[in-house]
Amino acid sequence: MGARPFASARRGEAKGRAPNVIGKCLMQQRRGATIAIAGLRKEFGEGRERVLALDGIDLTIAAGEFCCIVGPSGCGKSTLLRILAGLDHATSGAIDVDAKGWPVANAMVFQESGLFPWMNIEKNVGFGLMTRGVAAVEAGKRVDAALRLVGLTRFRHHYPHQLSGGMRQRGAIARAFVTDPGMLLMDEPFAALDAQNRTILQAELVRIWEETGKTVVYITHSIEEALLLGDRTVVMTAQPGRIKEIIDIPFRHPRNVMELSSTAEFGALKLSIWRILEDEVMRARAEIDG
Amino acid sequence: MRERSSKLNERLLYLASPIGLLAVWQLLLMLGFGDRRFIPAPSDIAVRFWELTESGELAWHTAVTLWRVLAGFVIGAVPAVAVGLLMAMFRPARIFFDPLIAALMPIPKVALMPLLLLAFGFGDASKIALVAIAVFFPVIVNTYAGAANIDRIYWDVAKNFGASTYVMFTRVVFFGALPLIFAGLKIALAVSFVVLVAAEFVASKTGIGYLIWNSWELLQVDYMFVGIVVIGILGLISAVAFQEIERKVIPWKAP
Repeated sequence: MGARPFASARRGEAKGRAPNVIGKCLMQQRRGATIAIAGLRKEFGEGRERVLALDGIDLTIAAGEFCCIVGPSGCGKSTLLRILAGLDHATSGAIDVDAKGWPVANAMVFQESGLFPWMNIEKNVGFGLMTRGVAAVEAGKRVDAALRLVGLTRFRHHYPHQLSGGMRQRGAIARAFVTDPGMLLMDEPFAALDAQNRTILQAELVRIWEETGKTVVYITHSIEEALLLGDRTVVMTAQPGRIKEIIDIPFRHPRNVMELSSTAEFGALKLSIWRILEDEVMRARAEIDG
Repeated sequence: MRERSSKLNERLLYLASPIGLLAVWQLLLMLGFGDRRFIPAPSDIAVRFWELTESGELAWHTAVTLWRVLAGFVIGAVPAVAVGLLMAMFRPARIFFDPLIAALMPIPKVALMPLLLLAFGFGDASKIALVAIAVFFPVIVNTYAGAANIDRIYWDVAKNFGASTYVMFTRVVFFGALPLIFAGLKIALAVSFVVLVAAEFVASKTGIGYLIWNSWELLQVDYMFVGIVVIGILGLISAVAFQEIERKVIPWKAP
């Protein structure tokens, strides 16, 4: 990668879905990064205090896949995401991310938006471009497009504390998309929102993902959310986190989040995943209660 | 309408206590309680205030004091903020500076005045240095606390979005610490008036501190009060100005 990773903006020819105007301005028409995780293990602490958080994680995520990870609290799913994001290191095992040709390997959306309170929305969204030295004109165009994508154009000069939780989360999504990452890492991004806002944002995320075709790794504790959004759902065990089962989600795209959740197949699949998850949740609870 | 009148009432009430105090003070002295040579009435102080203002003497002393506070404040606060942020970002910096601060902070800064006279002479420099030293400690301690307590998520975001150390320093840690930096600056401002007036008592022929001390030596109590009033006004104005600056600079914390 050169000194100016964004300089060669228009590379790779259109392939797959016809994008809308915003999508065209913001993204390259290619599928996202591929991720291969093999034998990943993560321990925290030393000696007697040592805790095994993740063990024997083998997972391959295809380019452009929307992969959801569900598991009981404390199963290390956030840790897995942090390792993928480069914010934490694995104790052993290998992660191979192929994000060739992408200006940025990954961008993360955190549970609480993590927008800087001292920057207005525009500055927040452009943060990942500023840090990488993208020229102001180019950065401005991309920020405009990202703000339009999430519907925050009118609020670009507002500060985060002046916006609702849902709007802040949109800002965080725009901040991640604007860097044009090979993969998008999302850590329960809608968990803190009320039900209505969550549904709206889920629908928007599905739309944006369908438009841009990025690889998404999405952590959630909600089976329903995993089914609505994902191509596959990885169910994890309670501590130490291992992969218990990987379930293909059969619903076709484009999806309508509201309609899908009221179908019978959806209910049946939700129940069967809950059966898989149930033991783990109970086990996690038993350990917490002592 | 009612709301406006109640606001007006509150404002009147706000002024009632100082005006009431002055009125009682004036009245008692006019009724012959107390000796006006030692306890001047507010009206006497006002007359002296006017005399000193007309002669230009008061403006001169005020300007000198303000200059010393301002220069010392900037010279002390800027490095304090920089070092405080460095301490929060780099462990070695923290380990290096921590014992130094712990040892030097409890020393009453006025005790350094003779040393500073030795080093910088009798002019402005020694007073400015004293203010700078007094300002340095509350600012550095607050800056460090502010930067060290920045929510972990902001470090993660900055790192994940490719921030260099420089960007981290100027766009994240500095602003994250800013609310507490301001708290430190406010304390420092009050402290700088305290140490400067004390220094001007003994080691200066100019400044409001000198005016007060000189008047005491000549037993011109009414002049003394003029000096005290001026310090009070300077403190009030600077506090209000600070509040306005804070509102501008930290819009995300402003009420």
